[in-house]
Amino acid sequence: MVERAEDIRVALRLARGNFRLDIDLRLPGSGCSVVFGPSGCGKSTLLRAIAGLEPQARGALRVGDACWQDARGALPAHRRGVGMVFQHSALLPHLSVIGNLRYGWKRAHAAPALLERWIERLALAPLLPRRPDSLSGGERQRVALARALVSNPRLLLLDEPLSALDAPRRAEILPYLEAVRREAGIPVLYVTHAIEEVARLADHLVLLDAGRVTAAGPALDVLNRDDLPLALREDAGVVLEAQVTGRDTHGLLSLYTPAGTLYAHGDPHSPGTRLRVRIQARDVSLALSRHEDSSLLNLLPATLLALVDLPGGQVQARMDAGGQMLLARISHRSVERLGLQPGMPVWAQVKAVALLV
Amino acid sequence: MEFTSHTTWVAAIWVTLKLATLTTLILLVLGTPLAWWLAHTRSPWRMPIGAVVSLPMVLPPTVLGFYLLLGMAPDGPIGRLTDALGLASLAFTFNGLLLASVLYSLPFAVHPLQAGFAAIPAPALEAAATLRASPPDRFLTVILPLSRPALITATLFSFAHTVGEFGVVLMVGGNIDGETRVLSVLLYDQVEGMAYADAHLLAAGLLGFSFALLLLMQWLGRRTAVAHG
Repeated sequence: MVERAEDIRVALRLARGNFRLDIDLRLPGSGCSVVFGPSGCGKSTLLRAIAGLEPQARGALRVGDACWQDARGALPAHRRGVGMVFQHSALLPHLSVIGNLRYGWKRAHAAPALLERWIERLALAPLLPRRPDSLSGGERQRVALARALVSNPRLLLLDEPLSALDAPRRAEILPYLEAVRREAGIPVLYVTHAIEEVARLADHLVLLDAGRVTAAGPALDVLNRDDLPLALREDAGVVLEAQVTGRDTHGLLSLYTPAGTLYAHGDPHSPGTRLRVRIQARDVSLALSRHEDSSLLNLLPATLLALVDLPGGQVQARMDAGGQMLLARISHRSVERLGLQPGMPVWAQVKAVALLV
Repeated sequence: MEFTSHTTWVAAIWVTLKLATLTTLILLVLGTPLAWWLAHTRSPWRMPIGAVVSLPMVLPPTVLGFYLLLGMAPDGPIGRLTDALGLASLAFTFNGLLLASVLYSLPFAVHPLQAGFAAIPAPALEAAATLRASPPDRFLTVILPLSRPALITATLFSFAHTVGEFGVVLMVGGNIDGETRVLSVLLYDQVEGMAYADAHLLAAGLLGFSFALLLLMQWLGRRTAVAHG
């Protein structure tokens, strides 16, 4: 990879008790990089080290042309210019919402337009005089997000910003996060252990396990690799780029994807809209011929590439459909009954397609 | 004939207020870093130093006064230090009394501050750091406002406890009119001299003062809670 000046270069080490974090990573200087891994893998610690909140971290850190840490020493957190959103928002309890927003904005000497823009974009105007402890969890995270953005940061760091929220609140915040990803104009580093957030937000994906990077690359490449533990999870699946080609009178969208045309219900997107869809392995079954008498709409011709045994008598089938990988989770018995072998042409029957806007 | 002259009253009130005010100011300045250290350090010294700070709460004040008096003697460590610095001996002076008061009231400033500092959420300080607030900036804009109830408690406790001291004063300061005679010692003199009318006046005054101070503390504490609520 050619080194570009605006890239983010992270080479950090940190030891704490038995835990060791050892990261050597180059991240793109734009878009949203998601760091994904199980609890305790060190992803939050990595983010905190990048923010300058882990004084024991050693190594080198460069964001664009700014050096934040090298062998000679580390820049303290308050001189880095990161916008950080914590898991539990960490609003200053003695200040109102506007007081919290102004706290970082004032110290960054940022333009008033920046403050007004994010208040408007994150719909915070009605909350401005309120105290943090009178806000709901979702409102608090929206304020924390705005507070980070109006401090005019070089880099936005989001540490599991949705993990403290219940599912309806998460769904309420996700569109705001997507707006931030599109409009902030700065690189975003997002830490999570939730695969839906990865599939929706990631441009670039880093998998972390036990303090080390196990894979990193463009999000769709990493998500669709089946040689990673990601593919063996209960919720394994693939993510496809799709373009809306039409919508029928019942609201069913037709989507053009590399694997073929898919149909899905969802928000009324106009034709031409690009979005992502996720197909979970457990929502895909296999047939040897095209079943015209089936109620399933989504039938994709594919070539069986491999069969991997899973615990519990299940098999994960990997297929190629027009250059796009698909995963299906089927029973051992079905494999034997259909006589499935790698190289065979099959029909992938897709029961559910999740639209990720 | 009145036992306590007007000038004696005024002198004792003045010495008491001066002593309590200066003690409180010194304790806030010294107690703040000490309390912060005790609230956050993982040093093995935390326990012994914490115990030393708390000692005046259980030690008879006369014991503290006795050792301070020995220390301030010309051949004691404090006496030799003041001599080496070209200063006068501290024994039976207002400054000696001030030193004794600071030590005696130390836990009453440090304990509330320590509890207040320990209760400040670490993420709030980290968030302030990422929002470009330097350590002194964080102290002024996050730590102090969030410690307001603790600061009020520490201030009023230090002040009231210094006004109420007796044993240490007698041991270290003696009973010098206008220099080291405080109100609690004056009350003792009045009772010794059977001047019960004066003693009633002073005792009732000190009682009222202490009650008013505690009332003020509760009111300020409630106001802070409401402001945060």
